[in-house]
Amino acid sequence: MFNHAQLALLQANVPGLPQHRIANIFRPLATPGASEKNIALLTLAITGVIFVVVAGLIIYTMWRFRRKPGDDEHQEPPQVYGSNQIEVAWTVIPILIVFVLIGVSARVIAGVENASPPASTTKVTLVGHQWWWEVDYPQFTVRTANEIHVPVSRDGNNATYLTLESQDVIHSFWVPQLGGKMDLIPNRQNFTWIDPREPGVYYGNCAEYCGTQHANMLLRVIAQEPADFNTWAANEAKPAVEDPSVSAQKAVYQSLSCVNCHTIRGTGSIGQFGPDLTHLMSRENIGAGVLTNTPEHLRAWVNDPQAIKPGCLMPSMKLTDKELDQVVAYLETLK
Amino acid sequence: MASIDYPLERPRHGEKTYSFSEALYSWVSTVDHKRLGLMYIVAALIFMIIAGIMAVVIRMQLMFPESHVVSPDTFNRLFTMHGTTMVFLLGMPMIAGFSNYFVPLMIGARDMAFPRMNAFGFWIFLFGGLLLYFSYIGGGGLGGAGSAPDVGWFAYAPLTSKAFSRGAATDYWILGILVSGVGSIASAINVIATTISLRCPGMTLSRMPMFVWVMLVDSWLILIALPPLNAAQIMLLMDRHLGSNFFETQAGGSAVLWQHFFWIFGHPEVYILIFPAFAILSEVIPVFSRKPIFGKPAMVGAVVAIGFISLGVWAHHMFAVGMTAWSNTFFAASSMLVGVPTGIKIFNWTATMYGGRIRYSTAMMYCCAFLLQFLVAGLTGIMLAVAPFDWQLHDSYFVVAHFHFTLIGGAVFGIFAGIYYWFPKVTGKLLSEKLGKWNFWLFVIGFNMTFLTLHFAGFLGMPRRIYTYAPDRGWDTINFIASVGAFIQAAAVACFVWNVLYTLKKGEPAGDDPWDGWTLEWATTSPPPEYNFEKLPVVRSSRPLWDLKHPQDPDWKYE
Repeated sequence: MFNHAQLALLQANVPGLPQHRIANIFRPLATPGASEKNIALLTLAITGVIFVVVAGLIIYTMWRFRRKPGDDEHQEPPQVYGSNQIEVAWTVIPILIVFVLIGVSARVIAGVENASPPASTTKVTLVGHQWWWEVDYPQFTVRTANEIHVPVSRDGNNATYLTLESQDVIHSFWVPQLGGKMDLIPNRQNFTWIDPREPGVYYGNCAEYCGTQHANMLLRVIAQEPADFNTWAANEAKPAVEDPSVSAQKAVYQSLSCVNCHTIRGTGSIGQFGPDLTHLMSRENIGAGVLTNTPEHLRAWVNDPQAIKPGCLMPSMKLTDKELDQVVAYLETLK
Repeated sequence: MASIDYPLERPRHGEKTYSFSEALYSWVSTVDHKRLGLMYIVAALIFMIIAGIMAVVIRMQLMFPESHVVSPDTFNRLFTMHGTTMVFLLGMPMIAGFSNYFVPLMIGARDMAFPRMNAFGFWIFLFGGLLLYFSYIGGGGLGGAGSAPDVGWFAYAPLTSKAFSRGAATDYWILGILVSGVGSIASAINVIATTISLRCPGMTLSRMPMFVWVMLVDSWLILIALPPLNAAQIMLLMDRHLGSNFFETQAGGSAVLWQHFFWIFGHPEVYILIFPAFAILSEVIPVFSRKPIFGKPAMVGAVVAIGFISLGVWAHHMFAVGMTAWSNTFFAASSMLVGVPTGIKIFNWTATMYGGRIRYSTAMMYCCAFLLQFLVAGLTGIMLAVAPFDWQLHDSYFVVAHFHFTLIGGAVFGIFAGIYYWFPKVTGKLLSEKLGKWNFWLFVIGFNMTFLTLHFAGFLGMPRRIYTYAPDRGWDTINFIASVGAFIQAAAVACFVWNVLYTLKKGEPAGDDPWDGWTLEWATTSPPPEYNFEKLPVVRSSRPLWDLKHPQDPDWKYE
């Protein structure tokens, strides 16, 4: 499936963090997800019992009262028109069940929605774009894309609070093992929070249809030990690495229209339309999760993003092979 | 008894043969409620087959991870057109079709109250449908961008604004639905006027068949729910062409406002779509169980209650837009409450069968499958109403599975029951029961294979409306099974089409009353003459034909 170089790089890109690719909502690893799972199990138990009882009655009735071969064609069964007692019974019992569910729901809704951020919270502003995620850390003056690094919150005191905004259309933040979804709506701010209990990479998707490449607007939340997270954030906060060995390649990059859409802090590249590339090589993926961030993939992506993610807003720049090599060589220094 | 003197057997009129142009002229110019009803149903079935083929292509694309059957844009157009067609061009005309054909017959009337408006309604609906499909040719607009709409059937703002939806595709979506909606409104007004003013002597509201009751409530619901959609669509059209900014977020408009407008229509709409199935079941189950409907007043009350409550549940489609905890709790509560009257209906249908002598014709089998599948749909609906659970399930494949359980396992199964039940009345010929059983079993197996499994894709975090997915997310097996199920469903529908064509050519004659029915449509010939009844019937109970067939034990003694 992979050649050796790719495989080696794949492993290199996973610095010991478990990859939670199967986003099973019944295996939550954060508080909101866990409280949603508990109410889900209660609901499944109640509806499961109702299903067994009612379906059992329906199937029993279907079988027991079928017309049998020997039956008299013209004999009609006793004509029963109804019974008020029975009607009252099967109206009141469901109402009681519904009241139980309403009470439980109200409690969980308030518990998740009205939680207030602890003093030690990490703040993230997540901005949806067609079809990638801008991730801002106002406390660290860090801006990255598509991969949301957060500290692990074993005791619940390190929760991350997200402010959700959108640049264009509605998107939705959904990392099932951490919690339910919340929409990113233009001209509006929404809030949600996550507190991953175990280090790992949690997979998710944009959950609101947002146009051509909705399917490839993938999300990764990377939960790290607080120390690792701080190291990462400190590196991200720095301006781009200046590597004198690629100054010629950098000049080529600067001369192309890449700079109109992408920012590389500390250089003249200050475009805002596409993802910030200042520390591109610290990311595991490119194209909002369509490819792992390997030199071959990066080259293929810069060469023709439309072949990899048709309809995405980065055009094919028609670079010559030489320009391509130079641009990729420069980008690869942006650690 | 002396008042009920319409004969059950009567001589058949000689059939006149027409040339093609005469026949065409007579159909195009007709104002007969039966011909219009039939045209509605046939048009709806054709749209169903078109949108069904789209569904098969969607399932082919999703059968394997990372496949390239269609391009992303084509895929997005497919699910948009599939959803829009199934809701507005299958569901809505089916209501008009069934109510047009059977409401006048069941209340002993000669036609609808406004026959010409009825014809207008049909033709404007058809025109709206064709306009929507013309977008495949005209949707590019002058700029040549785009083709058919690709904004999803609920067309969330601001994806529909000029900036994100170039070309004319969204305009075709707006106008096609708006225009066909005029037809739905016309038909709803007509049904209400007909049931209020044209019931035959003796048919009080309490003696009105359940079918007519449900269609009456359904028509009211259409009349209340459709205008908010049409108003929002006109606002959107103004945004796109006249520079207003209702939903234009870049200029301070509100994306959430569109969602409120849309779902104030959209949630009652799903009840609007399921009501014809309720109506059909309430006729078919009693006749094949040989018992009157159990607890008729409760059944009527439940339908009215569903109608009222369904107007106050819309924001359960919006639990993830960031409403306050209070709003979320309110809409969770109202959405769960709507399950109560729905439960009452399932219990009463079961109680109707209980103690009966059930004859399993294809129509009745469809009703039984409906009961079990709609039970699942109702219970998954409760799960979605639990807002915290919905934060996980919303916009995932669980929702896709849930609403296909209501709208295929519920509405379409009900419609098939109705078609098998009334086909002999409409054409004078009995659909083949053998082909019918094939049709039924293939449909049940295929349907459950597709949509039972898709619930689990939602549990595993698969969002809806994605054209592709990676092989390592755990969704591949589920999608493969679901796609195989879709092909089986296609085979089931092919069986049905073959059954209809075969029966029209070589079917057995049905006689006027093949199922030993109890409502007035079985008292006239099959197919009924243009004037329906030679002499207007007079009724004394809910089951006039039971009274006639059992003079020693008539219903009116007990009602």
